[in-house]
Amino acid sequence: MGSTIFLSAVVLIGIGLILGAAIGVVYKFFEVPVDPRVELLLELLPGVNCGGCGRAGCADFARALIGGEAAPAKCPVASQEVVAQLAQVLGVEIGRAAKQVAVILCGGDLTHAKGQMLYNGVDDCISASQVAGGPKGCRYGCLGMGSCARACPFEAIGIVNGLAVVHNEYCVGCGKCVDVCPRGLVKLVPVDAKVHIYCKSPEKAPAKMKVCDIPCIGCRKCVKAADEGQFTVNGFLVEVNYGDYPRPDVIEKAKCPKNCLQTCRGHEEFEYGKSIGESA
Amino acid sequence: MKPLKIKIVSFKKGVHPRDDGKSLSRSSAIRTAPLLERYQVIVGQNIGLPPRVVVKAGEEVKKGQLLAEPSGFVSAALHSPTSGKIEGIIDIPGPMGIPAEAISILADGKDEWGELPPPLDWQTVSGETLKARIQECGIVGMGGAAFPSHVKLSPPPEKKVDCMIINGAECEPYLTADHRVMLEETEKVLLGAAILGKAAGVKNTVVAIEVNKADAIEALLARSGEYRVGVVGMKVQYPQGAEKQLIYAVTGRKVPTGGLPADVGCIVQNVGTAVAVADAVTGGVPLIERVTTITGEPVVTPGNWRLKVGTPVVEALKLAGGVKRDPGKLILGGPMMGFAQRSTDVPVMKNTSGILLLDKAAISQYQASPCIRCGRCVDGCAMQLLPSPLSCMIEADRFQDAYENNVMDCIECGSCSFACPARRPIVQQIRRAKAEIRNSLNHKKK
Repeated sequence: MGSTIFLSAVVLIGIGLILGAAIGVVYKFFEVPVDPRVELLLELLPGVNCGGCGRAGCADFARALIGGEAAPAKCPVASQEVVAQLAQVLGVEIGRAAKQVAVILCGGDLTHAKGQMLYNGVDDCISASQVAGGPKGCRYGCLGMGSCARACPFEAIGIVNGLAVVHNEYCVGCGKCVDVCPRGLVKLVPVDAKVHIYCKSPEKAPAKMKVCDIPCIGCRKCVKAADEGQFTVNGFLVEVNYGDYPRPDVIEKAKCPKNCLQTCRGHEEFEYGKSIGESA
Repeated sequence: MKPLKIKIVSFKKGVHPRDDGKSLSRSSAIRTAPLLERYQVIVGQNIGLPPRVVVKAGEEVKKGQLLAEPSGFVSAALHSPTSGKIEGIIDIPGPMGIPAEAISILADGKDEWGELPPPLDWQTVSGETLKARIQECGIVGMGGAAFPSHVKLSPPPEKKVDCMIINGAECEPYLTADHRVMLEETEKVLLGAAILGKAAGVKNTVVAIEVNKADAIEALLARSGEYRVGVVGMKVQYPQGAEKQLIYAVTGRKVPTGGLPADVGCIVQNVGTAVAVADAVTGGVPLIERVTTITGEPVVTPGNWRLKVGTPVVEALKLAGGVKRDPGKLILGGPMMGFAQRSTDVPVMKNTSGILLLDKAAISQYQASPCIRCGRCVDGCAMQLLPSPLSCMIEADRFQDAYENNVMDCIECGSCSFACPARRPIVQQIRRAKAEIRNSLNHKKK
């Protein structure tokens, strides 16, 4: 009895030693060199894999950083301090990339934009836009079904009163929401541009006023109030020139008759992380 | 009722609504609408390229005069529905919810015909001449798709076409326009069928009808010998009249994925189209009016009307005596595949087979609930797809999986949504998936 236990123990320990030695040999001869900086960078990077840098994820971005293919500031999520730390680890320049945030260029919430029909279908903007041009009267406006909000990995977009709004503090400018909007209303703008024209309808002013209380009617009061080149006029639509954006005091000066010229707003009304559910 | 002495065929699966609403207007004979003051003819009515407008504001036109000429091969001409003056080319509410360009005509009350092309002797002229006439008269598929008919009649030469099927299934609930046409204009249907067969150069021409229109089948059978056109009965099952299902029912052939009827040697044309073709060839009359069913429970006197193309829906509803109560929904076409409208200013088009009002109570206002895996959608799917897993995939944004499970084969007939006890909007989800997949395929091409 005792000898059986002894024998099995010896055999098992023997097998263990042989296989352990084999693993040791294989590890030595087939080693893949990994840059130790990747680990270090991964610890610093946010780790949300949002893809805002244009890479497949944070690990891919880290490899690109080490390969010199990307600059640390390309990560839209990381704060200034983190970017500085990244640059320090790599011993390179921070690189230049102005921080951007998303803005949804429509002000037509349920109070201001007239609804044209009762929509009772799939809760998704693309689906809603396929049914008779969408539930709202304006066929260029925000559908308010929250496709952008669901696409946002940071829960920075909420639906407030049937309108998608971006919370500036949570938005990191990864740009995931830009492609999902069937109306093309989401735009990435420099974080310091605080004045926006919340309308993107190219229709004629009377047609816009029929379906919305706060459209841009192309009156150009804002254009006159601002410095030259800060706004571009495009038919019945004035757009902010985000290359040379106006200062917030332009709102006071312009006295926009339709109130479409505004600073970022609306986001105070939604609670972080609960943005979509309560809107329905 | 005595049994019909014809073969009855069907496709596999499908659904059938218990009360199909056809009794509302089935027995009402076709009436011709009185002349209105104004007609608005939408320019882009056909699938393909919209035609090029050849008239200007202020110009006087006669009935049947060309308003817009085809701008390519897949494009159909437009003609004036009455004599009068062109008011202008304006944007009006379109049938898809977005504004559409339309020619507005102020009628002069005379309804005078302009010069028409001479009648043709269809038995002696060539198929090409017939096709040219069909294009000249602006004839499109009147069942719903509005595909230019001359294009369907000209399949690529390497595809041998041997069967012309005239679609009299009218499987959509509520609609009875085709039924009345077959009953009252039996001869024109058969003549049109024979002309279409001649134009395409096929030997076999059959009219396929669902057996709930027994009187129409009998009427056609009585005369079909003279025109050498066959008549086939079909089981009452939705979507019997969908192109691929119809071909399978009549010939047993299966149209391949992404293929056209010509791939299996068939051409399908609607009975309304056949009548229009008969008029165009034997009288030179362009397509300016059509038989449309104005129906639904809220309508005072549902019926079948011969309406000019360009008649605003609001005027058409007045013809039917207006509405008894506030309707919940206005649909152009049938309840299963028609398009819900948001304005009654939409005009009748060449493919408007029905103007349907539904009661508020008839419209589903339920919240969709999770799939309970009962499989009723699978039993109903006319394309033998698996709608329930597709629906769940799409809900989770798994479009690649949906693509691999042949979501692109879906004909959007709505049988799955109709059958679903959980009220899941399956067709709408599938439409979304198709849009997403087409987008990503386009991206790849670029």
